[in-house]
Amino acid sequence: MTTAPGVTTTKVEPIIRARKLVKHFPVRSKGFFRRHIGDVHAVCSVSLDLMPGRTMGLVGESGCGKSTTARLLLNLIRADSGSVVYEGQDLTKMSRRELQPVRRDLQIVFQDPFASLDPRMTVTNLIAEPLQIHGLWDKGGRERVRELLQIVGLNPEHGNRYPHEFSGGQRQRIGVARALALNPRFIVLDEPVSALDVSIQAGVLNLLENLQDELDLSYLFVSHDLSVVRHIAHDISVMYLGRIVEAGSSSQVFNAPSHPYTQALISAIPLPDPRKERSRRRIVLEGDVPSPVNPPSGCRFRTRCPKFANELTDQERQRCIEEIPRLIDRNGIGHRTACHYAEAVTMIETQTT
Amino acid sequence: MTELQRPDVGLETAQAPLRDAEALTTEERTQFQMIITRFLRHKVAVASLVAFILIVLFAFVGPLVWKYDHNIYRDIPSDQPPSWDHPFGTTRAGQDVMGQVMRGTQQTLKVGFVVALLTTGIGATWGAIAGFYRGRVDAVMMRIVDVIIVIPILVVVLVLAGFTRGTTWFSVALIIGLFGWTSTARVVRGMVLSLREQEFVEASRAMGAGDGRIIFRHLLPNTAGVIIVDATLVIASAILVEAALSFLGFGIQIPDTSLGLLIQNAQTAVFTRPWLFYIPGFFVIFIVLTINFIGDGLRDALDPRQQMVRR
Repeated sequence: MTTAPGVTTTKVEPIIRARKLVKHFPVRSKGFFRRHIGDVHAVCSVSLDLMPGRTMGLVGESGCGKSTTARLLLNLIRADSGSVVYEGQDLTKMSRRELQPVRRDLQIVFQDPFASLDPRMTVTNLIAEPLQIHGLWDKGGRERVRELLQIVGLNPEHGNRYPHEFSGGQRQRIGVARALALNPRFIVLDEPVSALDVSIQAGVLNLLENLQDELDLSYLFVSHDLSVVRHIAHDISVMYLGRIVEAGSSSQVFNAPSHPYTQALISAIPLPDPRKERSRRRIVLEGDVPSPVNPPSGCRFRTRCPKFANELTDQERQRCIEEIPRLIDRNGIGHRTACHYAEAVTMIETQTT
Repeated sequence: MTELQRPDVGLETAQAPLRDAEALTTEERTQFQMIITRFLRHKVAVASLVAFILIVLFAFVGPLVWKYDHNIYRDIPSDQPPSWDHPFGTTRAGQDVMGQVMRGTQQTLKVGFVVALLTTGIGATWGAIAGFYRGRVDAVMMRIVDVIIVIPILVVVLVLAGFTRGTTWFSVALIIGLFGWTSTARVVRGMVLSLREQEFVEASRAMGAGDGRIIFRHLLPNTAGVIIVDATLVIASAILVEAALSFLGFGIQIPDTSLGLLIQNAQTAVFTRPWLFYIPGFFVIFIVLTINFIGDGLRDALDPRQQMVRR
């Protein structure tokens, strides 16, 4: 359980070790008293190991708690329980003041490059802000900003422009430059390319990959786009309704998906070959995601699980309903699945990207 | 387009002809320069600024030059319509109306300026803090605002007038300012409530920014447009409130004068001696109008999202 997926052979310590993170958002009634009438189970007992120099892809459909998990890691949202250990310190127990120095090492790039940059600040001011907050502006901050603009492939002369004067891709580069300003070790990328044109996505992704190689960064790459994750991530965790259902290295998850949900996701990736595209097996999930206020008992996926509906006997189903499947490494290669009846299936021919 | 770029004509001729927007903006310009350029593009605002400066000069330099001030002099003939000796006419008591208007404008401008500073300063900070922290802090702060709204300003002035003998322009401005910031606070709070949920606030928190920095560097600058518009309205209403207070004898005291006081005094003379009423009236309207236009231009100039080229 403690070994990180895909790195069982090496003895590298994870840079961030998240254990059993839980976050419930209260649902309140309308009216004066705003009674507490329930909880949105956004994140339930999520554990992640983020390895230095590697990218962890966090995949799942909208509303499954990916972004909440990402924010919990940075303690931008307080976790209800669980721990996030970075350099021996538990971030969830630290006050804002204590967190201040840690923030230098942990940064985030947001999904929407139009909302995450203050429209009233020039690019220089935006990128300088982290430097100013951490008292580094006086020590050659201006040069640092120019350097950062260059690193992310923007013209340093454009420092006096405002974000609205840039295209989406350029804005996202500004966001990346801002995250890099403090020489972080770990960056959360919260759907950094979802808001961008496909043509621009590649540029930003390549930039992120190059930066990782040059600056030895670790990423948590949150996305719902599997082809993007496949391109950039070394390790992958698949989330469904606040729980991680499958985790492993990128090749393990894509070539031998064992959880029915992962299989369904991978079967939905468009293939570039029309003949393969036509002949392959497609798993179409029925219905909608159940309400996170009142998640199904046992396995949360069972209401939509094709295996549950078609293959299992009533006796086997009983187990899905009653027992919460644990995330276990079934064959000892670091590929973990949270399904009682997990079995690896080849969804797509192995084509190394 | 060429006509609109007049402010940087010098730069243009020095470099290659700048045709497209790209070439125009690549040269580095400071924020201040850009604000000035954008303001200058707003023709009405520039004209208003010139007019306003003329009024200020008239009010503050005028008294040094003009032979009469606002006091009564025996050699001034009473009830004269405008003439070369007395361009704005004279009063029954023997005051030069031009001298009075100069003094009145001066006092009115001072009151308006202090009130604007106080209301925007207190109101914006108060509203931003309430909106930012929400919850209990917000509830308490906004209830205080509600209480201040229902306190009649007249009562306060009455009480204060009892303590201090007579009121000066500064105490009047202070009172109007200390009771007039509530609308600003409410408007700013509303905007901050929506702004605080924006991602850039979260971004700056992720960088480790403190509350103060988020409020004053991110939230308040983004409400600048509203604050400026509000300030121009506040100045206008401050001038009128001051006039009302003066009329009741609790504002600026005779023999000192203000535009509001002049108008109130001339109410009965509208038909018989119109110069007493219309001239200060015109000044009030003119001041309020120019301030509104300047505010308009400033708001556009401070908003970086404004198009660089206006139609």
